[in-house]
Formats: sequence, C-alpha cells, structure tokens
Amino acid sequence: MSSQQQPAAPVKLITAFGSPFAHRVEVALTLKGVPYELVVEDLANKSELLLAHNPVHQSVPVLLHSGRAVCESLVIVEYVDEAFHQATAPRILPADPYHRATARFWADFIANKCLRPMWLSMWAEGEAQARFARETKESLGVLDAQLEGKRFFGGDALGFVDLAACTLARWLGVLEEVAGVRLMADGEYPALRRWAKEYVSDEVVRRSLPDRDELAAFFAANKERYRSRVREAVQQQ
Amino acid sequence: MAGAAKSGHQLQLLDFWVSPFGQRCRIALDEKGLPYEYLEQDLANKSELLLRSNPVHKKIPVLLHAGRPVCESLIILHYLDEAFPSSAPLLPAGDAYARAQARFWADYVDKKVYECGTRLWKLKGEPQAQAVAEMLDILRTLDGALGDGREFFGGAAFGLADVALAPFTSWFHAYERFGGFSVEEECPRLAAWAKRCAQRPSVAKNVTPPEKVYDFICGLKKRFGIE
Repeated sequence: MSSQQQPAAPVKLITAFGSPFAHRVEVALTLKGVPYELVVEDLANKSELLLAHNPVHQSVPVLLHSGRAVCESLVIVEYVDEAFHQATAPRILPADPYHRATARFWADFIANKCLRPMWLSMWAEGEAQARFARETKESLGVLDAQLEGKRFFGGDALGFVDLAACTLARWLGVLEEVAGVRLMADGEYPALRRWAKEYVSDEVVRRSLPDRDELAAFFAANKERYRSRVREAVQQQ
Repeated sequence: MAGAAKSGHQLQLLDFWVSPFGQRCRIALDEKGLPYEYLEQDLANKSELLLRSNPVHKKIPVLLHAGRPVCESLIILHYLDEAFPSSAPLLPAGDAYARAQARFWADYVDKKVYECGTRLWKLKGEPQAQAVAEMLDILRTLDGALGDGREFFGGAAFGLADVALAPFTSWFHAYERFGGFSVEEECPRLAAWAKRCAQRPSVAKNVTPPEKVYDFICGLKKRFGIE
C-alpha cells in the first residue's frame, strides 16, 4: 500500500453485478470525467448503506455525492450531466429544449414500451408471453426506424437515449440465449444491430460493460426466481 | 379562445377534460402565465392532428409549440420550464441536487399512483385488497417525503413534483370510497398539502372536482361491465 493518503473519491456508486441501470450511470460519469468508487451490492442481502440511501425503491444504482443520494438511473444521469458540467466535457442531453424533450421522449419509450415488455417476454408463459414478445418486437421496429442511418441515437456521439437503450446492446442477446426467447431474428432490425455493435465497441462503454459469459451465468442462476416473480406480476393484472 | 393560437407563444394543448396528465400541463402553463389554446380531443374518434402529433402513442396530452409536438406530460413540464425559463420555474435553477430530488418524486408519482389507482377501482376481492394496501403504502411514502414543515415537495416553492401529483388529489376521493380509507387520517401531511395546492388558482381552475372524478370512474365501470 502506498504511504501517501489517497483522497477519497467524492462520488460513490452503489451498484450490483449485471445491472444495465448502473451501467448507464458509469458511462455518464466516465463521459463527464468524474472519478468514482464502486460499492458492489449483493441484492439478495442488501446493505444498510443501500437501504438507508434508497429506502423507497431499495434498488441500484444509487449515486452518493458528498454524502447525498440520488436514485433512479436516468435521474442520476441527468444529475451527472448538470452537476459535473464543464465546457470541455460532452453533453449527455443536448442543449436545445426541443431536442432535450425529444431525447427524453425516446428514453421514456425505451423504458416503458421496450425494456419492460422485453423482460416480461423472457420469463412469462403462454398468451401473456406472446403478447409481451409482440409488443417488444413492435417497439424494436420503431427504434430501428428511429436510428435511420445514424451512428448513435444521439447522432455522431453517444447520448442520453443510447444510455437508456444500453440494455438492448449487450443484455438482450444474453437474455435471448438464457431464456430461449428470440426477439431479434437474423436479418431483423439491421439499424439496431449495427447500433448495438457500435455501442459495445465504444471505448468509454467498454470500461463498464459486463462480460457476456459472466452475465449469462448470472441470469441462468436466477432464471427460476425471475419466472416466479413474473408469473405473480402477470396474475395481478 | 379564438385568438390564443395567434398569440406570441403559439402554444396549443391537445387534451381530454378529466385527464390528470393533461391537467399537469394546464397547471404548469397557468403557473408560468403562458397563454395557450386548449383543444379538447375525442378519444373514441382521434383527430388527424392528434394522430399526426403523437404517432407513437396516439395519446394526450400533446403540447404544440409553433406546431412542433411535445408528448408525455412530465416531458412537457420539463420543456415548458426550459423553453420559458424566465417565468415561475418548476425546477430550481442552479441546484442540481434539488432538481434530482424533484425528478425522483415526479417519477415516483408517475410510476405508482395512476396504475395502482386503476387496479383499486377496477378489480374486486383479493386483487383489489392488494391494490388498496399498495395505495396506502404509496400515499404514506409521499406523506413521508413531505415531512414536517415543508409546504411543498421541494420546500417553499410549488414545483415539478407538486404539479405532477396535484391533479391526482381529485382522484383521492374516489380511491378513498372504493378503498375504504381516509387520506386525512392515514396521511395528514399529504392531506394538508392537497388543501394548499387547491388554493392555488392554477390548480383550482384546472383540476376536476372530486365528485365529478368519482362519477366519471363509475361511468367507466359501467362501460367495462364492472359492478
């Protein structure tokens, strides 16, 4: 150990292995040049730190900045964009109000019309599963059209919508294998496929992307738990 | 409101009378003193304008600013705050942490209140009891977020989180009747906050009276064949 005192990182990020939501925040922090320290949770055994700082949702990610907590990944991303804004750092959300509204719209669409039914389609059964899969595929089609030849949803550079969509770049492929549910068949959604490759190859993204095999093992280990939770949620509707 | 569309700001709102999501936008526009043209939509027979302005969701509210559509109520609130920064800010300028807190609570309201409320009045038996328990938990969480001594969610100023929740105060009455509880008893701080909001002209003018919301829900139940 060095004999010099290292200054404590002013920013801590409470995370858990495999969380695409925490990944969004890591990329945001790296884009803004903010050094941070990871606190890795075992979500089956939540720490006092997590429960104290996110009593409402009890989930990751949670950003701790000078002791104050910010929760909900896209809220955190906006916070990082604003709190650490400098002329030299890239903008995660664009400056123009209308373009910001557009970016927020697509992030909301991805969250509600894509990621939610996608997760459910992996673990649900029967008619419900078919319905979720249909809804997800329809949304993937909309996103594919939205990319319309752009490198990223944000244009030439990664932005807010790309972070919102990150699950589709790495996690979706792994889930398809583990759950045995194919949403993106060969040849489908070419723009989205190309975007996914760009995303996972990005130099900043790569630093906080979970390893594919580790992710697969993680999901496989939790398969039954996901299935029973989704069964319960579907029954409640 | 014939001249409104020609006013300097060219703001139009595609909306539906009882929608709490639309009412959020009406409250924000009034708080900011922004004149706009209100365009009531027939949701059973959607207009070309609505379908063209919100092709993805085909839902209200939609704000049109010089003809350009902004969709999703919380996104509309952010847009109004950013496009019209000089009038009555919904989010405090220059305080990223306070802004994050406001967004967190607006997001919480968005994720929880309407969906749980719908289950509460739509379902029966065990699933309804479950919805009631969840609603009490949601309301108590909001009550706790207000804490003691805070006038509004962000402190002294009426802001984003307040606008997000204010229209739902009219729906509390229906939740109370279908759920068999009293907000005043369970969440006194939230009830006091609701009274404070109701005193604001923007809220009083734009939020549907509770009895009318209750009647509207009863009408929906009849239509869906739920008794």
